[in-house]
Amino acid sequence: MLLGTPTADSTELYAITMTEGDPSWAGALAGVALGLLVYHVTEDEVKEQADPAVYDDEIGIAEMVLEVDVLREAAKKVRDRVSV
Amino acid sequence: MELQGKKVIALGERDGIQGESIGKVAKSAGAEVVLEVTHCFV
Repeated sequence: MLLGTPTADSTELYAITMTEGDPSWAGALAGVALGLLVYHVTEDEVKEQADPAVYDDEIGIAEMVLEVDVLREAAKKVRDRVSV
Repeated sequence: MELQGKKVIALGERDGIQGESIGKVAKSAGAEVVLEVTHCFV
Protein backbone atom coordinates (compact mmCIF):
# COMPACT_ATOMS: atom_id res chain seq x y z
CA MET A 1 0.00 0.00 0.00
CA LEU A 2 1.29 3.45 -0.92
CA LEU A 3 0.16 6.47 1.06
CA GLY A 4 -0.05 10.11 0.06
CA THR A 5 -0.93 11.41 3.49
CA PRO A 6 0.10 14.97 4.42
CA THR A 7 1.00 14.61 8.12
CA ALA A 8 2.91 12.22 10.36
CA ASP A 9 -0.23 11.51 12.39
CA SER A 10 -2.36 10.59 9.39
CA THR A 11 0.46 8.50 7.94
CA GLU A 12 0.81 6.57 11.18
CA LEU A 13 -2.96 6.14 11.56
CA TYR A 14 -3.39 4.75 8.04
CA ALA A 15 -0.33 2.54 8.36
CA ILE A 16 -1.45 1.05 11.67
CA THR A 17 -4.99 0.50 10.35
CA MET A 18 -3.67 -1.38 7.29
CA THR A 19 -1.32 -3.57 9.31
CA GLU A 20 -2.67 -4.14 12.83
CA GLY A 21 -6.25 -2.93 12.43
CA ASP A 22 -8.11 0.25 13.35
CA PRO A 23 -6.43 1.64 16.52
CA SER A 24 -9.55 3.63 17.41
CA TRP A 25 -11.68 0.46 17.32
CA ALA A 26 -14.39 2.54 15.63
CA GLY A 27 -14.37 1.27 12.05
CA ALA A 28 -14.85 -1.94 10.12
CA LEU A 29 -11.14 -2.81 10.48
CA ALA A 30 -11.19 -2.83 14.29
CA GLY A 31 -9.24 -5.91 15.35
CA VAL A 32 -8.60 -6.91 11.72
CA ALA A 33 -4.86 -7.25 11.14
CA LEU A 34 -4.47 -7.13 7.35
CA GLY A 35 -0.67 -7.16 7.62
CA LEU A 36 -0.22 -5.08 4.47
CA LEU A 37 3.17 -3.60 3.71
CA VAL A 38 2.74 0.18 3.89
CA TYR A 39 5.06 2.81 2.44
CA HIS A 40 4.67 6.53 1.98
CA VAL A 41 5.03 7.36 -1.70
CA THR A 42 7.84 9.82 -0.95
CA GLU A 43 10.07 7.15 0.62
CA ASP A 44 13.34 6.46 -1.16
CA GLU A 45 12.43 2.78 -1.68
CA VAL A 46 9.52 3.91 -3.87
CA LYS A 47 11.13 6.95 -5.46
CA GLU A 48 14.17 4.97 -6.65
CA GLN A 49 11.97 2.48 -8.53
CA ALA A 50 9.70 5.02 -10.23
CA ASP A 51 10.29 6.68 -13.58
CA PRO A 52 12.03 9.96 -12.55
CA ALA A 53 10.01 12.03 -15.05
CA VAL A 54 6.69 10.62 -13.80
CA TYR A 55 7.75 11.06 -10.18
CA ASP A 56 8.74 14.68 -10.77
CA ASP A 57 5.49 15.46 -12.61
CA GLU A 58 3.21 13.80 -10.05
CA ILE A 59 4.98 14.15 -6.70
CA GLY A 60 7.66 16.81 -7.24
CA ILE A 61 5.70 19.85 -6.08
CA ALA A 62 4.07 18.06 -3.15
CA GLU A 63 7.48 16.80 -2.08
CA MET A 64 8.70 20.40 -1.82
CA VAL A 65 5.73 21.43 0.32
CA LEU A 66 5.26 18.43 2.60
CA GLU A 67 7.55 17.54 5.49
CA VAL A 68 8.67 14.37 3.78
CA ASP A 69 11.23 13.40 6.42
CA VAL A 70 8.58 13.05 9.13
CA LEU A 71 6.20 11.25 6.73
CA ARG A 72 8.90 8.74 5.79
CA GLU A 73 9.80 8.25 9.45
CA ALA A 74 6.15 7.71 10.44
CA ALA A 75 5.65 4.97 7.85
CA LYS A 76 8.96 3.31 8.74
CA LYS A 77 8.13 3.42 12.45
CA VAL A 78 4.96 1.38 11.88
CA ARG A 79 6.75 -1.13 9.60
CA ASP A 80 9.47 -1.61 12.20
CA ARG A 81 6.90 -1.94 14.98
CA VAL A 82 4.89 -4.68 13.30
CA SER A 83 7.84 -6.29 11.50
CA VAL A 84 6.16 -6.60 8.10
CA MET B 1 10.68 -3.85 -1.32
CA GLU B 2 10.35 -4.51 -5.03
CA LEU B 3 7.38 -2.82 -6.74
CA GLN B 4 7.77 -4.60 -10.08
CA GLY B 5 4.85 -7.02 -10.53
CA LYS B 6 3.30 -6.21 -7.15
CA LYS B 7 -0.33 -5.28 -6.58
CA VAL B 8 -0.62 -1.80 -5.08
CA ILE B 9 -3.34 0.13 -3.29
CA ALA B 10 -2.82 3.88 -3.85
CA LEU B 11 -4.36 5.75 -0.94
CA GLY B 12 -4.13 9.48 -1.49
CA GLU B 13 -5.37 12.46 0.43
CA ARG B 14 -6.60 15.77 -0.94
CA ASP B 15 -4.31 17.83 1.29
CA GLY B 16 -1.34 15.59 0.55
CA ILE B 17 -0.75 13.59 -2.63
CA GLN B 18 -3.67 12.48 -4.82
CA GLY B 19 -4.35 8.78 -5.33
CA GLU B 20 -4.12 9.22 -9.10
CA SER B 21 -0.58 10.59 -8.81
CA ILE B 22 0.46 7.73 -6.53
CA GLY B 23 -1.03 5.29 -9.03
CA LYS B 24 0.95 6.76 -11.92
CA VAL B 25 4.18 6.52 -9.91
CA ALA B 26 3.45 2.92 -8.94
CA LYS B 27 2.68 1.97 -12.55
CA SER B 28 5.91 3.61 -13.72
CA ALA B 29 7.73 1.28 -11.31
CA GLY B 30 6.04 -1.76 -12.86
CA ALA B 31 3.35 -2.32 -10.22
CA GLU B 32 -0.29 -3.15 -10.87
CA VAL B 33 -2.61 -0.64 -9.21
CA VAL B 34 -5.68 -2.49 -7.94
CA LEU B 35 -7.29 0.41 -6.08
CA GLU B 36 -6.77 4.14 -6.37
CA VAL B 37 -8.61 6.54 -4.05
CA THR B 38 -8.23 10.08 -2.79
CA HIS B 39 -9.75 10.85 0.58
CA CYS B 40 -10.97 14.28 1.62
CA PHE B 41 -11.65 15.12 5.25
CA VAL B 42 -12.89 18.69 4.77
